Parts: sequence; structure tokens; C-alpha cells
Amino acid sequence: MKRPVIGPWITIILGAIYFLVPLVATFEFSLRMKRGEYSFEAYRVVFGDPNFQASFTYSALIAVAAIIVGVLIVVPTAYIVQLKLPRLRPLVEFITLLPLVIPAIVLVFGYIRMYNSSSWIPLTNSARGTDFLLTCAYVTLALPYMYRAVDTGLRAIDIRTLTEAAQSLGSSWPRILFQVILPNVRVAVLSGAFLTFAIVIGEFTMASLLNRPAFGPYLQLVGANRAYEPAALAIIAFIITWACMGLIQLFGGGRRNDTRR
Amino acid sequence: MAASAAESARARPRPLSLTWLGVVPFMLFALMFLIIPATLLMIGAFQDPQGNFTLQNIANLNQPTIIKAYRTSIAISAASAFGGALIGFGIAYAVALGRVPRWIRPTMMTFSGVASNFAGVPLAFAFMATLGRTGLVTALLTSIFGFNIYRYGFNLLSFGGLTLTYLYFQIPLMILIMTPAIDGLKREWREASAILGATTWQYWRMVAFPILWPSLLGAFLLLFANAFGAIATAYALTGSSLNIITILLFAQIRGDVLHDPNLGYALALGMILITGLSNGAYIWLRSRSERWMR
Amino acid sequence: MAFLTLEKITKTFGNQTTIHGIDLAVERGEFVSFLGPSGCGKTTTLRMIAGFETPTSGTIKIDGKDVTDLRPNQRNIGMVFQAYALFPNMTVADNIAFGLKVAKKSSAEIAARVKEMLALIKLPDVGNRFPYQLSGGQQQRVALARALAIQPKILLLDEPLSALDAKIRIALRDEIRAVQRSLGITTIYVTHDQEEALSMSDRICVMNEGRIEQLGTPFEIYNNPKTRFVATFVGTLNVLNGTMVDTATGRIAIDGQEVVATRGANGASTGDSLAVALRPEALSIGETEPGRNGLKGVIEEVHFLGPVVRIRVRFGDNVVSLDTFNRPHSAPPVRGEPVNVHFGHEDLLVLDRPAI
Ligand SMILES: Nc1ncnc2c1ncn2[C@@H]1O[C@H](COP(=O)(O)OP(=O)(O)OP(=O)(O)O)[C@@H](O)[C@H]1O
Ligand SMILES: [Mg+2]
Repeated sequence: MKRPVIGPWITIILGAIYFLVPLVATFEFSLRMKRGEYSFEAYRVVFGDPNFQASFTYSALIAVAAIIVGVLIVVPTAYIVQLKLPRLRPLVEFITLLPLVIPAIVLVFGYIRMYNSSSWIPLTNSARGTDFLLTCAYVTLALPYMYRAVDTGLRAIDIRTLTEAAQSLGSSWPRILFQVILPNVRVAVLSGAFLTFAIVIGEFTMASLLNRPAFGPYLQLVGANRAYEPAALAIIAFIITWACMGLIQLFGGGRRNDTRR
Repeated sequence: MAASAAESARARPRPLSLTWLGVVPFMLFALMFLIIPATLLMIGAFQDPQGNFTLQNIANLNQPTIIKAYRTSIAISAASAFGGALIGFGIAYAVALGRVPRWIRPTMMTFSGVASNFAGVPLAFAFMATLGRTGLVTALLTSIFGFNIYRYGFNLLSFGGLTLTYLYFQIPLMILIMTPAIDGLKREWREASAILGATTWQYWRMVAFPILWPSLLGAFLLLFANAFGAIATAYALTGSSLNIITILLFAQIRGDVLHDPNLGYALALGMILITGLSNGAYIWLRSRSERWMR
Repeated sequence: MAFLTLEKITKTFGNQTTIHGIDLAVERGEFVSFLGPSGCGKTTTLRMIAGFETPTSGTIKIDGKDVTDLRPNQRNIGMVFQAYALFPNMTVADNIAFGLKVAKKSSAEIAARVKEMLALIKLPDVGNRFPYQLSGGQQQRVALARALAIQPKILLLDEPLSALDAKIRIALRDEIRAVQRSLGITTIYVTHDQEEALSMSDRICVMNEGRIEQLGTPFEIYNNPKTRFVATFVGTLNVLNGTMVDTATGRIAIDGQEVVATRGANGASTGDSLAVALRPEALSIGETEPGRNGLKGVIEEVHFLGPVVRIRVRFGDNVVSLDTFNRPHSAPPVRGEPVNVHFGHEDLLVLDRPAI
């Protein structure tokens, strides 16, 4: 039963090379802005760019809004489906998987058709309306991940007992949901939130087609016109993604990815 | 008797309707931002500009540019999904069963979580800095080995280059999906098959692979859809020079390059059909191969 | 010559030795149980016989042939696992047929053998079901059929019943034994349930910390334990510490009182400190009758268990536990009361290791 261990090692090392080389190359490239020496000039330029600050802030705000809307929609639904209406589960799961089937560009195309200035709900008429539309678009994008995370989190605690305990103390439904259930799935909600943030912060297609000054279109614009700043931005984006995933792991404790012998 | 019946009649509908009320926001949201927009597009694909029913839009899809765009998109998605699935499975296998130090596994999983979400515009930047004409790896290969990959037909802004770039998020996604599935293979199954006389190959062919098959298939199709709908990386990498379906649709939405909005709807319908069909095929194959599951 | 022999088997994981030189000879058709506490090395020994682990040193022979370095799939052994380990993607019939298929048997032969096996385990109609459609007990019977279908030389079972509930466990215990008898297959059965081992085995191999403590028939193991460990692990023996006063007469001092053991000194010499064992059912309370041993002590604890009253008596450093029947018309013994405990000379077993 002794298997040679050389094959797995080669696989892992080749994989590591494929993943690390672009990062190293990008980082190296981002330091080359000043001729003949390595410097953080590109980063200085990027951080000093008012458009960077504005677009990043904008995207972060939309992301936070999307997280809040997402949580408000997903948590009650996941809770009710698990506790009261299990026969709705197939339908709800089907819906939450739809965004993986319908490409984002198709969805946003649908929004433009549905909410254009000559439609019943002309959301795209105003900047605020479009912001709202973009927020909802991002909620849709993150729906599969958010739902999964919350559903798993709810499974891990005994929501029936918690609910009955709260009911026996005379709590009302919204109170149960927000003061008993939500704190107990905080970890799950947080990991859904960080994942949403990671997906949304640099999103390009929807923001671009809805003409909003978001971080994704800004990145694309810089990429089309500059040489070294894009590399710096790629590193920054990678670090943001890493931070989101790191925070998920941090809050998730040892529970996910638990290793076996 | 009567009192309790009346009481239960009063008591029952209330929590039930309240319960239903709780899922209303979700259902409303799904209708407004998933179902109706997609349906409107599908309806639009069968309408002329005046709103009359027509099949002309579908027929108009039969143009060389559009056919080619679909073809390229499907090819890139299939290639990157296949490569990602194969390599990702290999790494997942190595990590889960390969007798490597314990720290490798959490490291690989965390990294996969990051890399599978590191897509879009920044990914294009990273590969430009790596394998673009002035990228580090290109330069190193030229200066150390005298081997200019661009002289030998490599181009980052092409089918091969884009596939290679997509693998950067496809492989980690596969690792994330398959590692738990491989963990689900019980050690006893391998031992039982060995003690019954089977070779390692027979174990994989008759036991492990059939058990993993639904996850493998599902992961492959997820990877396919993932690449098929992607646009940001390709757009940032190639501008609009690469003719794939998402870039074509993007240009159509931006500036009606097809000079026919309803043709755009037909284009979108085609995309939904392709991802929808692949998922339908998945569900069908899975139901056939998974009779043994609860 | 024995059918299965282990010679000086040791096994080391890293720098921790788990099995310390085991010697064992199992006769053809014999049913031998490995009995011992968790972590004592039962599974490890079984896995070395199966070929999943390689012994660090020593040889394993089956039917006179050295198999120590053979791979599991070359050994022709049947094995039943604790968690059934049926292949979930195959029907019951395909599971049973697996070993025959990889051995490239003809489909007619396979079909006949599967049918025969299903009849053997008394589940003739489940061939087309999938494992998840069976109860735990049924799954374990199918696992047995799968292991036996290849007509193995040896059958190994690693706690096959411990995942099942008590009732099925007892029924299946008898069934496994009946199947084993009818096929006359040499069998090693791992368990940490002494009742299982006592009721099923031809011989029991009691293990502790990677060593064989005692190998013998259930009767020998229960009535004549050779070591303090066996005495305490099998049954509920009272073990007392004492000193050998005189080997010739078998006089032993326990907390300053003398008793006589007539069943041998088990290798102890005069002056040795040693451990002796007493079965609870051999002890009575009352005046010592002539020709018996008596020990005076104080009642320390009284548990009223309904039909039985369990009493603990302390003699000094040593304590024994004994059961008396409940007598409705006389008052039960009281804590702190002095009593005399008596038992026959032949009830006193001298164990081989000095008390700790
Ligand atoms: N692969 C391994 N690596 C390191 N140590 C091991 C390994 N397998 C077993 N051990 C150690 O060997 C000892 C004996 O284990 P074994 O599984 O044989 O016990 P067991 O008698 O079957 O116990 P149980 O009744 O709990 O099944 C244990 O201390 C265990 O930790
Ligand atoms: Mg064991």
C-alpha cells in the first residue's frame, strides 16, 4: 500500500509555479515605473489619483449596500424554508442557482430593457435609480454564494430549538429572526458578506453597461491607457481579494477546510 | 370541542400567512431581477421592432461573425473548463490523498479561494505583466533561453492566451469543488476493493470514478458556464479585437453594432440556451448516474 | 501445522511501537477473536494480516506460504469492515460480484455465486437494491457475502457489529458464527466486547498494549485468567494484592489475614508480592465453614439493585465486591458493619504479575 509520493509533489509544485509566477511578475512589473530602479512610484500614482479614490469608494458603498440588501432577503428566506416551508426548498435553490446559469451580461441586458427610461419603472433615468439597480444586480450576482453560506450556517445550529425557546419567552417573529437567529449565524452571514465584497468590488460588466463610475470600469480605463499602474492595481486587487478570504477564514474559525488525516 | 376548533381555526392561518409573507421579498426580488428580465429578453428575441412575433431574429443569428463568436466562446470555455477540471482534479487529488505535509492542504484551499475570485480586469493586468510582449516571463525566456514565444506564434490576445489566463480561476475553482468530493471517498472502499483482488486502476474505474462522476461533471459544467459568461478579463486583455460572444453582446448593448436591438436579444437568448442546455444535460446525466443516491 | 501463523510480528509507527512481537498460530477452520481495550493493536494486527500495513519485523504465513510482502489484492483474504464499506454506486448483487469480476470469472459463474451468497445470508431478494436501501444489519450481511464470494482462505472481521444496535447484534452474532461453521473458514474476529468474544470464539486472544496477554478457549480465559489484566478485563473479577507466605502450602497473606490457594502459585515464590483474583459469584457472607477461606472486613458500600444487593467489603487496602440475593423479610446489610467473607480454596486464582 506504499504509494510513491513523487507524483503528487510534482503536481503541487507545478501548480504552485503557475499560480505564483503571474503574481511575482505583476509585482515586479509594478515596481518598474521609474526607469533603472525599483520603486513604488506606480502605487503612489494610483493612490494619489482622485478617480481611484472616488471609484473605489463608490464600489465599496455599493458593495455594502448589496450586502445589506442580500442579507435582508436571504436570511429570512433561508430560515423560513428550513423551518416552515421545506417544500419550497427546490424552488428557492433553483432560483439561487440561476445567476450561475444566466451570464451577468445577459442579466444586465435584461435590466436595461426592463428599467430603461421609457419603461414602467424607469430606474435608469436618475443616477440614484441606477445605483439602486446596480445594487440589486450585485445582490443577484452574489445570491448563490450568500444563500449557500447562510443555509449552511443555519443547518449548523438547531434553529428549531432556538426558535421554540424564543417563542416560549414570548418573542415576536421579527425579534426571533433578528435577535436570536441572526446573531447565531453571524459567522455564515459574514463569510457571505466578504465573498460578496470580493465579487462586487472590481466588477466590470454591469457597472460599465449601466454607466456608473465604479472601480471595475476605472480599472479597465487605466488598463487601456497606462503601462505600470495596471500592474499595481492588479496587486492591490489581489490583496483585497486575499483580505476578504482571510477574513472569512478568520471568522469561520477552524470549521471550514478542516483537515483530516 | 367547538371552542378548540374555533381556536385552531383562528390560530392556524396567522403564522402560515406570516410565514409566506417572509419569503415574499425574496420571491419579489427574484421576479424583478432574475425571472422577468431574462424572460423579457427571451420574448424580445421573438419580436420585431414593432413588437410582432417573428423568427427573423433567430434566423439572423446565422451570420459568420455571430456563428464564429459563439464557436470561439464555446471553444475557449470548453478548453479552459476541461483543462481546469483536469489540472484542478490532479491538484485536489494530490492534496487530499498524496501523502504530502499537512500544511499544504489549508494553504492550497485558502489560495484557491482567493484565486478563484481573482478574475476580471486585474487578472488581465497580471497576465499582461507576465506573458504580454513586455511581460516578465516573456522577457526572461527571451534573455535566458533566447526563446521569444511571440516569434513562435504565441499571443496572449488569442484563443490560447485567453484559455491560459482563464485557467487561473478555473483550476482553483475545481480544487475548491473537488477536494471535499475526494475526501468523501472512504478509505474502506479502496481497502475493500484491494482485498477483493482489484488493482488500483480497477478501483478507480469501478468504484472511485463512478462515485466522483456526478461531482466531476457538475464541476466541469460550472467551469464552462463560468468561462462562457466571462467578459471583463477578455475585454481588458484584448479590447474588442477578440470575437467572442460576450464581447460582441457587450458592443451591441453599448452601441448597437448589429444595428438591430432585437438581434441582440436573440444573441442573449442563445447564451441562455447554451448554459441552460448544459445544465439540463448535467441534471439528466446526473439523475441517470446517481440512482444509488438518496 | 497451523494454517495462519504470525511469527514475532512487530509494528512501529514513526518512533512509537504499537505491536511488540506477536506470535500466533491459528488452525484451519478455527474462529479466533482478538479481544482487548481500545488502542491495544487489534486493528493494526488484522491490517497486517490483510496486507494494508507491513510489519516492521516478523513473518506472516498462510497455509505454509510466506505472505508478509504480498499486496492485499494478492492474498485472497475476505474482510468485513466496521462501517460496512459497501460500494454505494453498485447494487447488492454487483457488490457481491465485485471480487469475481476483477478475477475475470464468467458471468454465468458470477450469477450463480451471487445467488448462492444471497441465499447464504438469507437475503435472497435484495440483489437489485442499492446499499442505502438496506438496514445496517442487512448491509453488514451483504458485506459478509461480498467477502466470502471470492472463497477466501481467511476471513477477517474488524468489529463488524459495533455499529449496530443491541438486538441485531446478538442475532447477527449467531448468524456469522453459523455461516463460518458451515463453510469451515478460518476466521479472525476483532472485538472489544467480551460477551461477543466469549460466545462466538473457538479461542480468544486477549491483547493489551501490543502484546498477547493470554490465548485460550473462552472457558479457560474466563475461569482461569493468567494475568491480572485478563482477570480484570474479562468478567468482573475482584483483584486483591497480597504476599506469598509459603509456596508449598499455597498460603497467601492479604491485609494481614491468611488464605489458602490450591490451584497453583502461577510461578510465584515464597515472599513475592502478588495479585489474586476472586469471582464475585464465589463469595458469600457469614461464618467460614471448615475447609474454606475467610476474610474479615467492613462493609463499605451497599447498592440495592432489586433482586440483588451488591456489597463492597474492605479488608484494609483491598476491596471486594460481591452480590447477595435480596431477602424481603430480613434487613439488608448496613454500611460500617463488620462482616466475614468466605470462599473455597480453589476459588482463589494467583495471577502472574505482582500488584501495582
Ligand atoms: N497509521 C497509523 N499511524 C500512527 N499510529 C497508528 C496508526 N494506526 C494505528 N496507530 C496506533 O496504534 C495503536 C493501536 O491502534 P489500533 O487501531 O490497532 O487499535 P485497536 O485495538 O484496533 O483499537 P480500537 O478498539 O479502538 O479499534 C493506537 O495507539 C494507534 O494510535
Ligand atoms: Mg480497531
